[in-house]
Amino acid sequence: MSILLETILKAVMFVVLALAGFAYTTWIERRLISRMQSRIGPNRVGPQGLLQPVAEGLKLIFKESITPAQADKFVYMLAPMLAVIPALALFAVIPISNHSFFNLAGGVDTAVLYVLAILGTAVYGIALAGWSSNNKYATLGGLRAAAQVISYELAMSLALVAVVLMAGSASMNVIIEKQLPGNILGWFIFRQPIAAALFAITALAELARSPFDLVEAEQELTAGYMTEYGGMKFALFFMSEYVKMIALSGLFTVFFLGGWSGPFVGDSWPLGLVYFSIKVLLCLMVMVWVRATLPRFRYDKLMAFGWKRLLPIALANVVITAALIAFGVPGYK
Amino acid sequence: MQAEFIVFLAVALVAIGAAIGMALSRHALYAAMFLVLNFACVAVMYLLLNAPFLAVAQVTVYTGAIMVLFVFVIMLLGAEKLPAQETRPEMRWQRPLAIGLGAFLLLQVGLALALPGMRAAPEPIDASPLAIGMKLFTTYLFPFEVASVLLLAAMVGAVTLTRKD
Repeated sequence: MSILLETILKAVMFVVLALAGFAYTTWIERRLISRMQSRIGPNRVGPQGLLQPVAEGLKLIFKESITPAQADKFVYMLAPMLAVIPALALFAVIPISNHSFFNLAGGVDTAVLYVLAILGTAVYGIALAGWSSNNKYATLGGLRAAAQVISYELAMSLALVAVVLMAGSASMNVIIEKQLPGNILGWFIFRQPIAAALFAITALAELARSPFDLVEAEQELTAGYMTEYGGMKFALFFMSEYVKMIALSGLFTVFFLGGWSGPFVGDSWPLGLVYFSIKVLLCLMVMVWVRATLPRFRYDKLMAFGWKRLLPIALANVVITAALIAFGVPGYK
Repeated sequence: MQAEFIVFLAVALVAIGAAIGMALSRHALYAAMFLVLNFACVAVMYLLLNAPFLAVAQVTVYTGAIMVLFVFVIMLLGAEKLPAQETRPEMRWQRPLAIGLGAFLLLQVGLALALPGMRAAPEPIDASPLAIGMKLFTTYLFPFEVASVLLLAAMVGAVTLTRKD
């Protein structure tokens, strides 16, 4: 029974961390993007605007909950939940420190596959939200999301195959251990740069973040699948997007940046937590930077890019990695 | 053991409920979602049977890819609602066939439960991704390659069907 209790405790901790992270990721994004666009950004509520997420959460809770007249009421209500659950479930396999309390199931030997499975189911929330709203813009947004996620998941899986080949296991613990020895060059971002780039690009596409945010392209689709949502239901979609951002940053950290590893991490476990947070924060900032920099793709270009560029590159990368490992090239053992 | 049994019972009931809901639903999208729920329950059962790889593969392939395509097509065609009409005459033969096959399945399950030899638990096997990969690429290499050729044929067929000229 104690293992049940321990798991529940850990799960609650991960959810709380993810939600706190969600609130402050919105703050980071808005402040940072303001800087990049020569604005100031929210700085009125609390010092440096730090209480802005709290204020907005309260505002959204007290908003009237509206359901469109012709909407499919049950699915309309269900969709935001279906969007949030997979986003939170991703944290189950992300070890955020070398202390076992901060590692829920990172040691299971199907962890990488679990990530791909959960990411595949994450699209239901968006697709069903678009459909159930009974709004043609929302439906189009939902359809775009479904097509985009299916297309880019292939390239992402193949990028991760290279990582699993390097580690010789699909367990997060082993993947981190294999990046530990010696110096920073052990990180997979240096030994698998193509896989890292592919994962970063496909992660942005899975998140439907700029430059892949055609799902919610304002000029064409108003707000896409979210058009008819308001109040807390809208907040849940927002939450799912940001929680997924944090989760994918965490996964990038685990796969390519050595996870919680860093100097002296063996001596005290809180250091692992600090290193992990710094790396995740860097990834989040790069995502904001990309959003401030790149314009949006055109839809046909997006599909062509996914299928005709990323997929062949990912396949070639797997073949080359496998050959390097088979021939025992140094660094690829 | 006790906890496992409770989980199994709960999941089995939901799975059966979802399967019945899928068959009876007259709304294509609801039917698809019942099927998704059913697949998720089956994945949990694989986990209970100590086969984590199968469980994750089930979710990735069926819940994450195939059913997303189903939902996509249903939404795209706007074919959500089935007309509330009686069975079409040319489909009549399906009903007795379904009853017959269902009875046959029940018979099989009954036999499996009644015969003592069939009820013994099989030897526990290693179902880790590593073990499954080894089996696939050694003992079952030929069926594995045949399956990949089959999928290739399907792919070529899809490309041929969608070509414009």
